[in-house]
Amino acid sequence: MRLETRDKVSRSAAIVAPLGAVAVTLVISALLVTWAGAPVLRSFGALLEGGFGSRFALAETLTRATPLIFTGLAAAVAFRARFFNIGAEGQLYLGALAAVAVGGQLGNAFELPASVLFVAMIVAAALAGSAWLAIAAVLRTRLAVDEVVITLLANFIVLLFVSWMLDGPMKDPTAMGWPQSASLPAELELSKLIERTRLHSGFVIALGCAVAVWAVSKFTAFGFEARAVGANAQAARFAGVQVDATVIKTALFSGALAGLAGAIEVAGRTSYVTLDMSPGYGYAGIVVAMLAALHPLAVVPAAIFIAGMFVGADSMSRAVSVPTYIADVIVAVSLLAVLVATQVVRYRIRW
Amino acid sequence: MADPVLRVRGITKRFGTLVANEDISLALGAGEVLALLGENGAGKSTLVSILFGHYVADAGAVEAFGAQLPAGDPAAALAAGIGMVHQHFTLADNLTVLENVMLGTEPLWRARSGITDARARLVDIAARFGLAVHANAQVGSLSVGERQRVEILKALYRGARILILDEPTAVLTPQESERLFATLKQFVAAGLAVIFISHKLDEVMAVADRIAVLRAGRLIADVARATTNKAELAQWMVGRAIAAAPSRSQRPPGANVLQMDDVHVAVPGRPALRGASLAVARGEIVAIAGVSGNGQATLADLLFGLVRATAGTLRLDGAVYAAGPRGVIATGVARVPADRRALGSVGDLSLWENAAIERVRTPAFARVGVLRRAAMRAFGRELVTRFDVRGPGLPDGSGLDAPASQLSGGNLQKLILGRALSIGRRAAGDARLIIADQPTWGLDIGAVAAIHARLIAVRDDGGAVLVISEDLDEIFALADRIAVMNHGRIIETRAAREWTLADLGLAMAEQRAA
Repeated sequence: MRLETRDKVSRSAAIVAPLGAVAVTLVISALLVTWAGAPVLRSFGALLEGGFGSRFALAETLTRATPLIFTGLAAAVAFRARFFNIGAEGQLYLGALAAVAVGGQLGNAFELPASVLFVAMIVAAALAGSAWLAIAAVLRTRLAVDEVVITLLANFIVLLFVSWMLDGPMKDPTAMGWPQSASLPAELELSKLIERTRLHSGFVIALGCAVAVWAVSKFTAFGFEARAVGANAQAARFAGVQVDATVIKTALFSGALAGLAGAIEVAGRTSYVTLDMSPGYGYAGIVVAMLAALHPLAVVPAAIFIAGMFVGADSMSRAVSVPTYIADVIVAVSLLAVLVATQVVRYRIRW
Repeated sequence: MADPVLRVRGITKRFGTLVANEDISLALGAGEVLALLGENGAGKSTLVSILFGHYVADAGAVEAFGAQLPAGDPAAALAAGIGMVHQHFTLADNLTVLENVMLGTEPLWRARSGITDARARLVDIAARFGLAVHANAQVGSLSVGERQRVEILKALYRGARILILDEPTAVLTPQESERLFATLKQFVAAGLAVIFISHKLDEVMAVADRIAVLRAGRLIADVARATTNKAELAQWMVGRAIAAAPSRSQRPPGANVLQMDDVHVAVPGRPALRGASLAVARGEIVAIAGVSGNGQATLADLLFGLVRATAGTLRLDGAVYAAGPRGVIATGVARVPADRRALGSVGDLSLWENAAIERVRTPAFARVGVLRRAAMRAFGRELVTRFDVRGPGLPDGSGLDAPASQLSGGNLQKLILGRALSIGRRAAGDARLIIADQPTWGLDIGAVAAIHARLIAVRDDGGAVLVISEDLDEIFALADRIAVMNHGRIIETRAAREWTLADLGLAMAEQRAA
């Protein structure tokens, strides 16, 4: 059995394949829901209702989608250039920590206008993510060390570092012994977009970032070179593209986006750092990017879809007592189905 | 021949538009060494891959010992007694000789390993044919010649009665080659049959009983060794009449543009340059001829900026040759690589992006880091028109946005050549130095003619052109001077009209003491 590239991608196949992927996802999750002993239609109804069906549900979904957009963009940017950053989770935590360190603790030490401090906080978070990922990028370009291993393992280093900071230098003395950082001052927190929900203006910043990343990829020489390196690094090098420099720049960009995810979460939702502030946004960002076929603008709907599944699964489990893990299954199956569908469009199978 | 053990009838195999084998019929008798002689790309490897079942022929049939072999089934070929020794060995370094030989011959689910019987059999075979090896030695610790012996033993252990050796001497020292030839003589004395693939005239004359010459996928000659000679074989191998050269202006070459003196390049894992010297002047085409693997690809990579010289001097118009692809491009050197899909273009990017990529950081196509997409597209359109690149939606329409991978080989090559020639474009005309590696490999006749005409026009315009090619027809069609590369050196350079095909073939195949 082998795969052969199709000479021409037929237009109808390109439309049918994603629909087929959705159908497969529905069928497999329906089987699992039936197995759990719940009525299929009512369960799916409850899932959609819980994720998108009310003002509150939608606001909650968009709140959850906000960090996913950032981590999804971080993965999309890096993967596009074939630099596999699996460490967005760690970069997110470092970004959050840097934001609190600059916004909270530096802000207390110096009298600065809130707007200046806010910009400094955002820049610090982006730099923290960039700098951390730069280590992996330099190791990869100078010593050919596999970045997947480095970035993955770096996540655990970050979590232990954060744990130490929260129990030590950055511990909030008023938190009654809980390991959490000091809070951001209220004037640095992002405003709410909708009254009596958690949706904050960070979502708008995320949308702006998606457009910005798209524009960089499409309209700048750097974005062009990153695409060329990702598509064929050898040919790009032959054509005069400085491949190593492009990979490092891409890593800085990707790390900054993941660091921003942390800062926006702190400023928009939690206001302080805890060890459980991210339920794996960094890893879910990879799924978001793959679902979006690494397209920056498609990252937004992909992030909203995944966030909606998780939020909806919570209320579905209350309504029809199907475990919330069904959301994990739906997300995983949809990712696999979409990946298979894109391969089927591009290749034919020869036995 | 009384009873052929192997017979191929009317084998034809095409890859796209390239005809690798055209209606080839051959027979091999027991106790015979048949040499398949031909240049690189003549179709030798394709033919034996069909024999061994790696490829399925478009037409024709293979018979072994009177029975037809099923197409595309290596296991059936093996069972019929055909053993293949590949140019690149297929051995596990961390296993012993005996384990490598046994690998794949034992049923997976048998509790007791037949290792004692196997050792006895291996020792017996090795003794019978004088193939001395230690059965318990680790393959990773063996020399290349010893590994080749293990490969041969593997085939014999599986009961091969027809042995195919693909360029077996390419990796051997002259002494090891001598030993191999002696072994082959023992094989045929014992009634085995051997197919021996080579492009080296000397060894073919030394070892073969019969010689079949392939050129451009066709069987040109099938003769007994005793009735031929090296000059005749060289003639057959490289082709008879040369295609009429495109007309060119008669003008003496000008000053040297490229000057290379005693250049060494040592890159692990690839042929080295060992003191190559060469000059290319304004208004001439210099062609490098040579058997593949003698350093031509490394020379190309050096001039492309992909590798650095470890010793020697390399000058462009008297100045030190730039380092790195970007530097080389900036000095106006036009570069056409051999592999147009892996190196010459980025298949997933559009035509216009590929057209502009070499200069994407110059003011022509970017200002303060922002692409001038309109200028890039306009340039792409201009190239497509000026160099007659054809494809759906070209030159006007959506074709410019199509990925470069959708272009045919010839049209992609025209795009790459056009891009290269536009690099150094200044008031005077086209680029001053053009490096073209296998510029027409695998292209149809129309595209070949277009590319050749373009290169000659550049030369007539005063450009300095260096062509590296394995196609001798191409070399004679283009070159003002021909330089022969052998073992990392330029061993001889003469004006094109002072070479005969036979001379050139002999110089290319010349054996040097390692």
